[in-house]
Amino acid sequence: MAGLTTSFGSGAMSNSMDDIADFARAILVIGSNTTEQHPVFGTMLRRAVRRRGVQLVVADPRRIDLVDFAVLHLQQKPGTDIALVNGLMNIVLEKGWEDRTFIAGRTEGFEDFRETVQRYPPDKVAEITGVPVEQLYRAAEILALQKPMAVIWAMGITQHIVGVHNVMNLANLQMLLGNMGLPGGGVNPLRGQNNVQGACDMGGLPNVYPAYQVVTNPESRRKFETAWGVPLPDKVGLTATEMIPGVLQDKIHALYILGEDPATSDPDSGHVRKCLDGVDFLVLQEIFPSETSQFADVLLPGVTFAEKEGTFTNTERRVQLVRKAIEPLGQAHPDWQIITDLANLMLAAGERQPVDGTHAGWQYQTPANILSEICALTPSYAGISYARLEKGERLQWPVPNSDHPGTPILHINKFARGVGKFAPLEDIPPAEIPDDDYPMLLSTGRVLYHWHGGSMTRRSAGLSAIYNQALVEVNPEDANRLGLKNQDRLRVTSRRGAIEAEAWITDRVPLGVVYANFHFPDSSANELTIAALDPIAKIPEYKVCAVRVELVQSPES
Amino acid sequence: MSVNLTVDQKKIQAQAGQTILQAARENYIDIPTLCFHKDLSPTGNCRICMVEVAGQRLLQAACVTPITEGMQVETRSPRVVQSRKLNLELMLANHPQDCLTCDVSGECELQDLAYDYKVNVPAWGAKGTRYLPDSDPNPFIRVDMNRCILCRRCVLACAEIQGRDVWGVAQRGFEEQIVAGAGTTLLEARCESCGQCVAYCPTGALSNKLNYGLARAHQVRKVMTTCAYCGVGCQFDLLVKGNRVIGVSSNPGAPVNGMALCVKGRYGYDYIHHPDRVLTPQVRRYLLEGRQKSRTGSEWDWVKVDWQVALQLTAGKLASTRSSFGADSIGVLTSAKCTNEENYLMNKFARQVIGTNNIDHCARL
Ligand code: SF4
Ligand code: SF4
Repeated sequence: MAGLTTSFGSGAMSNSMDDIADFARAILVIGSNTTEQHPVFGTMLRRAVRRRGVQLVVADPRRIDLVDFAVLHLQQKPGTDIALVNGLMNIVLEKGWEDRTFIAGRTEGFEDFRETVQRYPPDKVAEITGVPVEQLYRAAEILALQKPMAVIWAMGITQHIVGVHNVMNLANLQMLLGNMGLPGGGVNPLRGQNNVQGACDMGGLPNVYPAYQVVTNPESRRKFETAWGVPLPDKVGLTATEMIPGVLQDKIHALYILGEDPATSDPDSGHVRKCLDGVDFLVLQEIFPSETSQFADVLLPGVTFAEKEGTFTNTERRVQLVRKAIEPLGQAHPDWQIITDLANLMLAAGERQPVDGTHAGWQYQTPANILSEICALTPSYAGISYARLEKGERLQWPVPNSDHPGTPILHINKFARGVGKFAPLEDIPPAEIPDDDYPMLLSTGRVLYHWHGGSMTRRSAGLSAIYNQALVEVNPEDANRLGLKNQDRLRVTSRRGAIEAEAWITDRVPLGVVYANFHFPDSSANELTIAALDPIAKIPEYKVCAVRVELVQSPES
Repeated sequence: MSVNLTVDQKKIQAQAGQTILQAARENYIDIPTLCFHKDLSPTGNCRICMVEVAGQRLLQAACVTPITEGMQVETRSPRVVQSRKLNLELMLANHPQDCLTCDVSGECELQDLAYDYKVNVPAWGAKGTRYLPDSDPNPFIRVDMNRCILCRRCVLACAEIQGRDVWGVAQRGFEEQIVAGAGTTLLEARCESCGQCVAYCPTGALSNKLNYGLARAHQVRKVMTTCAYCGVGCQFDLLVKGNRVIGVSSNPGAPVNGMALCVKGRYGYDYIHHPDRVLTPQVRRYLLEGRQKSRTGSEWDWVKVDWQVALQLTAGKLASTRSSFGADSIGVLTSAKCTNEENYLMNKFARQVIGTNNIDHCARL
């Protein structure tokens, strides 16, 4: 979450799900289809509306399910979020609703920011976003006057070439309204996969060690060199979205992939397959054969969450136990054990021998041993232990020591970087906009019944029974024009590829937009998506690309 | 403000505004309930929690009657016990006597009460089945309205926990029944298959199809763990029989979600034992036999090998790639599905063992 790190000095969700559900008086959900992607939190939001009368504003190009519970639905055109939020902030300033005490006491950069926002008057914003001026005024009034107000978002905000700016603009909004550091407010990016938060916290990123200690900072590097007993590289590594294309650029010759399926989950899958096909050596550690395993040279059987111990960190930074329910099936081994065995073999070969090092060895008997090492090197996890978790303590990082009760709300009284930083941000159109050849916009995402590349959920009989093939959502008016009916087969073509799938005619999608998912390899939206990356976070622009839609044949014919 | 009252001759204090049931439970006095659940609005319709209140001619439902100063309550006087027995008899008279084959036997609240109160099924009762057993096509939720006691917990669970309003009550009197939507199937009534209604149903009227008949409550081991799908981080119990996960059930102590789960968390577990699982290490034949990489014919066939061989070959390949092209020619993709411990190790593997910062995962995706 590079955007929040720039604004506040910490990239994580600032508040907790229960405090938003219990204390927010208004909520802005933007670019999050919460009831389908984070379903139980979605029901918490529904309950907050029903029981406490929370004023919910949904900003989403699609008429998602949560709209039924909202007082207002802003249906902005895909890729116009910066203009939308600038427009809302413009009205806040016009009406004098900003929190001057908060701005004066806890932020910097306000004047430049104000100048930029002033260039986004409501009528101009209505023009860019397609949201009527009256709705902009109504939304600004609800969000500004109902305090505390929480902002919630997900991939709908980050998966754009301007993803980082989108996030920073939501941080601007919350600083402007003084909604940081209090229950029921905050900036709340919902993390997708169960342990994305933990994977980032643990240094599963090319630029940071655990707890976001930067690899280019000599002091951090020295700390880990002392711990691991080897000299460490001083330049930032490649991101996933650079590594894979790096194969064809002769930069990457071997890949070790743990439990991921880039051949389905990465954009422009045609190109990804070409890269995977070209790599000299690919070792894949997985539970199922996948699209990616077709390219693997070695396949190592890992296990499911039911077969191992460990911890996951949820979207609100809460560390929770995973308990082993059954012994690993067949000859599969817990993943931590496989990594450990491989590390020991490589170290034994002796080309890169650790010298001394306080935590150089790989003698782990249990995941609890690994957690102790993590605690020693990761300041925000220092006070976490299996014993405390077993006692049922609620531990949300930072937990700096073993007496610390954890931190359910970040940024109380002070931001991680000191003062919060306002950033002036301009509207930038998506990398690819519709033209005569590709006249419609494609947006992508998940559905309730499936998960990501679908390798788990497609193997669940019941989930597949309810949702057993990719559906592409088309607006009724577009359908009319294209001669499409429900259940017709349609073809969606972009500059990169084409898929066929069944049509679902629904006013969930606005005019000119189609929506598809990537749960089914045969008709995965990622055949179509563009590999344009946000220049800062390197997140692909899944949410917008230009496509052409046509009828293949109707079932009767 | 606190209120003084006497329950079963014991003087207790409680908060003004509490019900008799809340006051009693806080003071460790147990009043049985059936339609009541602490997460749901009380309805007072099952009449099991009836108690005697001095000065009141009729028995009162403890779950909805507020306490008053000086109130005197009897929770197990002969009159109260008699009333509960009668109520239970009426319920059983209208309930199939199929505990022998019922999936929830052993965790059924009606069965427990019938046992506690030594109720006999009245000779005139036990009518035949009135509804089709297993009457709904939902792939997860088994509906058998013959076993329904009209407590309405499912109606409230769907409305108040899930916010969906699928279940409702139709007809009156003997014909009264719980229906989905306007008497349609669950999915047609916009059911999201979250199973909240199943988790709150006190009997076998709503149960889980996926593990129907696989194990009774006393045959399973429950292991509390954290969901592996999305970042909400719900917790639940895995139900284990032998070395097999046969189901998931809500654990009311789950810190984030309580009893609530979504369809993936509650019902998306069967991939664990799916026959497609990769259960042995395997390598391509060319690699095993030490030849040049070839993607054609039998050279590219998988060969099952033991761990030692697979790991040796992998370590050897990674090391030779490093010596030919440098540490930065190796990329490591860790997993947002794996544990913190595993992600830490992948980070250490890339940086310490290989010597590269080329490590990432799919957070961006
Ligand atoms: S499964 Fe969930 S949505 Fe469906 S009826 Fe039950 S509580 Fe309602
Ligand atoms: S049960 Fe559903 S909402 Fe809860 S963590 Fe699992 S996938 Fe997410």
